[in-house]
Order: sequence, then C-alpha cells, then structure tokens
Amino acid sequence: MTPLTLHELFGNFDSFTNFTLGGLVFGAIYALIALGYTMVYGVLQLINFAHSEVFMYGTFAVAWVFILLHGTDQVSWSLGHALPILLVALIGAMAMSAGVALLLERVAYRPLINKNAPKLIALISAIGASFALSEAMGLRDKLTQKIGLADNLKDYVSKPGVAIQNMGQARDIYSNPVTIVPKHLFNIFGYRVTDVDLMIVVSAVLMMVALDQVVRRTRFGRGIRAVAQDPEAAALMGVNSTRVVQGTFLIGGMMAGAAATLYMTKIGSTQLNAGFLLGVKAFTAAVMGGIGNLRGALLGGLILGVAESWGSAVFGDTWRDVVAFVLLVLILLVRPSGILGEALGKARA
Amino acid sequence: MIRSKKSLTTFAALASVAALTLSACGSSSDNKDNGDKGSASALCGKNIAFLGALTGDAGALGQNMVNGIKLALKEHNDKNADCQINVKTFDSQGDPKNAPALATQIINDDTIFGLVGPGFSGESLATGKTFFEAGLPSISPSATNVTITKQGWTTWHRVIGNDDAQGTADAGYLTGTVGAKKVFVVDDGQDYSKGLAGKVKDVLGAAAVDSDQIAVKQTDMSAVVTKINAAGADAVFYGGYYTEAGLLAKALRQSGFKGTFMSGDGAEDPNFVTVAGKDAAEGAVLSAPAGPAPSGFGATGLYATQAYDATNIFLAAVDAGKSTSKEINDFIGSYTADGVSGPIAFDSNGDIKESKIYAYFVKDGKLDVANPTAIS
Repeated sequence: MTPLTLHELFGNFDSFTNFTLGGLVFGAIYALIALGYTMVYGVLQLINFAHSEVFMYGTFAVAWVFILLHGTDQVSWSLGHALPILLVALIGAMAMSAGVALLLERVAYRPLINKNAPKLIALISAIGASFALSEAMGLRDKLTQKIGLADNLKDYVSKPGVAIQNMGQARDIYSNPVTIVPKHLFNIFGYRVTDVDLMIVVSAVLMMVALDQVVRRTRFGRGIRAVAQDPEAAALMGVNSTRVVQGTFLIGGMMAGAAATLYMTKIGSTQLNAGFLLGVKAFTAAVMGGIGNLRGALLGGLILGVAESWGSAVFGDTWRDVVAFVLLVLILLVRPSGILGEALGKARA
Repeated sequence: MIRSKKSLTTFAALASVAALTLSACGSSSDNKDNGDKGSASALCGKNIAFLGALTGDAGALGQNMVNGIKLALKEHNDKNADCQINVKTFDSQGDPKNAPALATQIINDDTIFGLVGPGFSGESLATGKTFFEAGLPSISPSATNVTITKQGWTTWHRVIGNDDAQGTADAGYLTGTVGAKKVFVVDDGQDYSKGLAGKVKDVLGAAAVDSDQIAVKQTDMSAVVTKINAAGADAVFYGGYYTEAGLLAKALRQSGFKGTFMSGDGAEDPNFVTVAGKDAAEGAVLSAPAGPAPSGFGATGLYATQAYDATNIFLAAVDAGKSTSKEINDFIGSYTADGVSGPIAFDSNGDIKESKIYAYFVKDGKLDVANPTAIS
C-alpha cells in the first residue's frame, strides 16, 4: 500500500487550504467560547456547563439589536454597511451574555460555594441552570404573554414579522433580518478570504491577546491568578474572592457575547439549543489546550476547528465530531493536562 | 381510573348523557344497514390524533398540518352540531426517539379512532408497527419515505406522493430544464432525506458528480461547500429540512457558487429564505409533491391541504357510519375523492395513486408559493 498523498485525501492543494482556513474561522469562535470554560475552571475548578446558554443568549441579543435598530425588513448588507449596528450588537451581546453569566454565578454557584458543597453538586446545578435558561428562551412567547407584553414584543419572541398565532414559534429558528454578505477580498492558495472571515479570526485573536494581558498585567488579573493558585492564601492577603469569581464570570460572559456576535455575523440564525453543540466543542477545545490555560483555549479552539474540517474532508461531514473527539482522546493520552497544560494560577506575569 | 364514588356517579351521568346523544345522532343517520353498532353515532364526540412536530426545528410544518386538521374539523362540526369530532395533538418534535412513547399513549386512548400523521418519515418508521398491531388507521399528510409503505402495515396511508416520485421528477428537472451536467447531492442522514437524495442520485446516474452527508444542527458548512466547489458542480441537490438547507445555500452563495440550488419538500418553507437570506435564497428551486392551496382556502403553509384532506377522509368515514377500526380502514382503502391537494385514492400499499410534483421558486426574496411549475 502506498501512503495516502495530500492529493488523494483533500482533492488538491487549493481544497486543502480551503479546508484548513475554513476550519480556522470556526476554530476562532470555539476559542472565544472556550475562554469562559477555562477561566471558571481555573478559578473554581469546576466546569460551567451552562456556559453554552450564556453564548446562546448572546446570539439572540445580536438579532434583537438588529431588529430594534433596523426593523424586521429582510435585507442584505455589506459588512461595512452593517458595522455601526454590529458594534452596538457587540455591546448588546456582551452585556446580555455577561448578565446571564453573572446571574448564573449568583443563583447556581455562589450559594453552593458558600456552603462548601462538593464539586459534583455544582456540576448538577450547572446542568439544571443550562436547561432552565434554554427552555426560558424557548418559552419566551408564553412568558411575554403572561406579563401582557406579547403584542409589543412580538418581533422579539416570534419570527420577525410573523404574528403569534401558534405556540412553539419561539422554539423555531430565529434569524437576523439583516443578512451580512461577505465581500471577497483576496485569495490565499485558492481560499477566498472574505472580510467577514478575516474579521472573525482577527478580532478573536485580538480579544484573546487583550484578555491574556489583562490577566497577566493588571491588579484584577493578579487577583484572578491568586485565587486560582490558592484561594485561602489569596483571601488572607486581602483578595476579595467573591469579587474575583464574579469578575471571572463577567469576563467569560463578555467573551461569549463577542463569540456570539461573530457567529451571528457568519451564520445569521440561532435557536434555543444553538449553544449546545458549540458549547461541547468549546469545552473540548478548552480541555485540548489545557483547561485553566487561556493560551491553551486559543490553541485548542483553532486546532479543533481545523481538525474537524480535515476530518470532514477525509471521512465525510458526518464524521467531523468523531474526528474531533478521537483527537481529544489522543492528545489526553499523550499529555493528560492538555497541550499547554499549565494552569491559570501558574501563568507568570 | 375511577378513584371515588363521586367521580363514579359523574361518570355514570356522563355516560348516560353520551348514550342519549349517541342514539339521537344515530337516528338522524341514513346509514343504518350496518346493524346496531355501525351507526354514525359511534364515533361522535371522539377524537382524531395528530402526531408530529409542533415545536423544534421543523415545528412550523406540524403547525401547518394542525391548522389544516382544525379547518376540516371546524367545517364538519359547524354542519353537524350533534356530532362533534376533535383533535388531540401529540408533539414529537419530529424526532423518531420521541414518537414511540407518544404512539403508545395514542393507542391506549379509547377516544381516538384515527391518526392524521405521523408527520415525518423517521417517526413513521419508528411507530408504524405499534399502530399496525393496535389496528389504528392512519393517514400521513407528509411522510414521503418510500420504505414505509413496503413494511406491510395495512393501516398506514398517505395522501402525498412518495420520495421516488419526487426524486425522479427532481432529477429530471435538474438535467432537463436546468441542463445541469454535474450535480452534487447532499443529505442530512435522516430517513426522509436519505431516501429522497438517494433517489435523485440514482436517477441522475452519471450526472451526479459526487455526494456528501451533513449532520442535523450543523451550522458550519465550509467543508461541504469546499467539496462542492472542488468538484466543479453546476447544481446542488439537498435532501433535508429548511434550517440546514438555508445555511447550506447561504454558505454556497457566499463561496461564489453560481449554479442551481435545489431541495425537496422539507425545505419548501418561507423559513428557508429567512435562514439563507434573500440574496442567497434567490433562484433556489424547492420541489414538493403538493400544489398550491386553492384560493380562499382557510389554512396556509406546506402540508395544510394534505392534512385537511386526510382529516376529511376520517370525517367521511364517520359520516358513512363506520365505527370499528377495521371498518374505517376498509373505508379509507376504497376512498376516492377530489381533495384540495389533488385526486385521492390509495393503492394496496397505502400509497396515493396519483401525485403531481411541483417546483416552487424563490423570487424577489420570497418563496413564491402561489405559482409553482408542475414537473412530473
């Protein structure tokens, strides 16, 4: 048997770059979501399974901002035309996701942490919170009817421009009426680089770098690292650990909101369960890169995105998840703490 | 489940009232030759069940069907004050995993004498045996997978052409009208989707350049889009539902794909345009084994006419004085009429004898539901 060549696996070199760069774009979104998992784990040593819903609320916030500022007319805009509203949407989504993350911390985690409950209990609490948040989004038509605002808010709870006649409209796919049409900028080895793809990758990397610097250089970042290293010693040294935990959720939520904005720019539609699969992928990315490690989340996200894309190229699109998870297992076999397995607390200033 | 004496007396009272109503209803019927049990009355006050997606990804389609059912029931109930038939809905979210438990609820409910549904092919295959063994007659407005009617479930019917008819017409449209030479076929791996896409691929033969499968709920279409462009396809056929169809069409157009995008009845929904965006959806061809509803028809949306017709078959059975499951089933088997969706008659497998396939187009940023072209 001759070894498989690149050509046999991917068709040709142009296709290979297409699969690789196409995977990077989604990988960047995974990485931003992965930050939320990795930061909370770094500080509290628990997996925030409701983080996928934090992201999902952000995607809805993006669509809502567009409906609020533009209306429900279906239009196609270039990225430049949509940019002003997109920036407002970014703020809206970050605020929404951060708000949901803070609510989670307050309702689902803090009471348990204060009582020194076992980690497993917090995990169950997170899963419960995840269901509650997702179903609340799916029942938002009913909720608004209960408080008598259904008519005023109908564009936000049902499909834009559709009257609420039937139950279940809120559970259906929900699209941003403004379709952002990417502009072809230039080619890299046959890959059509568009302004949207470029914006996603560049802004994800910029945000990661900024966050990394915040954690390494600021007073607040020192607090995060201190609590991550040794919560008791940090408390003795005068670090308010509740504030630090809150701040961690806040930042994780804001990054999820940013990811949601980028996701909606590219995909444009969301649903109450839109966060689930992305959440699982982002969690995988966080573990792959070394959970608790910010740079690991970026690396893990990008590797996962590319691996999935290659996986679907070679084995078919239905196998993408299998490839991603097999890769995770292989990496953990060789490096049980992930690729960059260095914890948040040990990051040097 | 009578738990107390009080409810027992209530039950007895209700039963006697019911008996009175039944006999009154029976005497008004002109069809008394079936003997004492076969009067029209027997089914009055009972229910038709609907099983299908009312929520979830494809919830809009189930809502369309229920609107059709309700319209037919309202017309019947307005005319027959002494014989009210109602619908009980069972929401499977279109998921074959949810359907069997609901099927058990339906067959254990004595007030249900017929089923309009199941909505989709996957849930039909998952529940067909249960309904067949319980003897409950069913008419699906929308399940089009070919294999369902090959299982020998004699209680199962559908008022819609199956995927073989649609797939053949779609493939013919792509190679004939569109003149496509290299068609890339994609499906989402579900029973309906595989069946339809598989048939299209078979009929296309050499014109099918390649095929791939995506997953339900997948949003990143970049890999399959790369494959389509690398294959130099001049047309894409997608077997699946509107969410993924919309996302695929969007990603394709954004990658610079200029060919024809075609999909089947699962994607023939205004949501397709919403998800894809106006520009990407423009020019898409969506086929369906269903023509537009006649003007003035009181329910809108894909499958509403079929659900309306299916319900009317059961109501005709009620009016004809059928009461047992077997009588109803035989009645359905020999039923012929012109429904709002087209001429209705069943072959021995439960398939509709005559079905026309229509191509719908996305024009000026809207799915033009009023002006399809017949393609078979």
